[in-house]
Amino acid sequence: MHREIGIFAIFFAAIFTQNILLTYYLGMCSFLAVSRQVKTSLGLGTAVVFVMTSTSALNWLVYRFLLVPLELTYLRFIVFIVVIACFVQIVEMIIERVSEVLYAALGIFLPLITVNCAILGVSLFMIIRDYTFAQSVAYGCGSGLGWMLAILAMAGIRQKMARSRVPKGLEGAGITLIVAGIMALAFMGFSGVI
Amino acid sequence: MAKGKAKNLFLRNLGRDNPVFVQILGICSTLAVTNVLKNTAIMCMGLVFTTTLSNFTVSLLRKWIPARIRMMVEVLIIASYVIIVDIVIKATLPDISRQLGPYVGLIITNCIIMGRAEAFAMSNPPGLSLMDGVSSGLGYSYVLLVIAFFRELMGSGTVWGLTVLGDWWVNWSIMVMAPGAFFMLAIFIWFIKSLVIKEEEAK
Repeated sequence: MHREIGIFAIFFAAIFTQNILLTYYLGMCSFLAVSRQVKTSLGLGTAVVFVMTSTSALNWLVYRFLLVPLELTYLRFIVFIVVIACFVQIVEMIIERVSEVLYAALGIFLPLITVNCAILGVSLFMIIRDYTFAQSVAYGCGSGLGWMLAILAMAGIRQKMARSRVPKGLEGAGITLIVAGIMALAFMGFSGVI
Repeated sequence: MAKGKAKNLFLRNLGRDNPVFVQILGICSTLAVTNVLKNTAIMCMGLVFTTTLSNFTVSLLRKWIPARIRMMVEVLIIASYVIIVDIVIKATLPDISRQLGPYVGLIITNCIIMGRAEAFAMSNPPGLSLMDGVSSGLGYSYVLLVIAFFRELMGSGTVWGLTVLGDWWVNWSIMVMAPGAFFMLAIFIWFIKSLVIKEEEAK
């Protein structure tokens, strides 16, 4: 159904017009919790891009070559989440051994990612949309970058906003959601580009 | 005593410790499915079912779950219940299942369920955990339903698919799209928080 869509179109659409955070609301929990500072957001963002790209590839392979032939597609939720969790665990161990600098930058965010709904969301979307392998990887990578873009922008705004006066009831989550809403409006401006 | 405790817990999860507007958990799906009331209701039923039973199961097994892999075990328990929900919705309401798309599956990573399993069910007896699951689920559901009500009303002029506002109403199409969800939830949180602050000042 979607075979004819180009890889680049999917990639850019995932970043801008169909941003996983601002149009599908996935990964909101960590988005709200970690977006206080640009530096930590960058760390989490990088980890998300990496994990999302790899798990979308892995899950595609598992789905196509294991679940479909065995007619176990209804088990996909469990299988996907296990693949994601195992992958994150392995990556964490490798990074810990290989590079201390990288571990300090990314390591603490990795466990958080297992429960990030955006990661599972990407895998589920790619199955529903019937993407090919290359399309899935492009979609995973694009979604990760889109998520990172959104959280970086939000962190920048929140750092500036720390000094401004916000109505008492809106402090914290409230104002962050309003900013996210305005950001989503801005991103809607991209629609029609691709 | 035990009964009083359970009741207390029940009320607390609906109000003071409400998962959505106090702890700001699990809002991914809050925002995604709330543009139509009917879908929201189905989603909420699925969520209450999952959080209740997964809390209960985790609590039953809590003495046998090794501490190191407990997250994994919890996720697997939750995922099994979500699969049941998904299959039931697909079989009975295929249209709605298609509209909800991946969001039913995403109940697995809904932080509320995980959070309750981890924070409550791992350290409390099954009966109490069951109560906790039901009340967290309901606390989540009514916030979703309120938001969905306003979004559907303002975005399409309908409630539960029935036209309520007449021809004079111009649909706020922004309400059914992404930004509307963010604004609506923010306004809801603002409203509740202001009430809480006022109450505290009155004391």
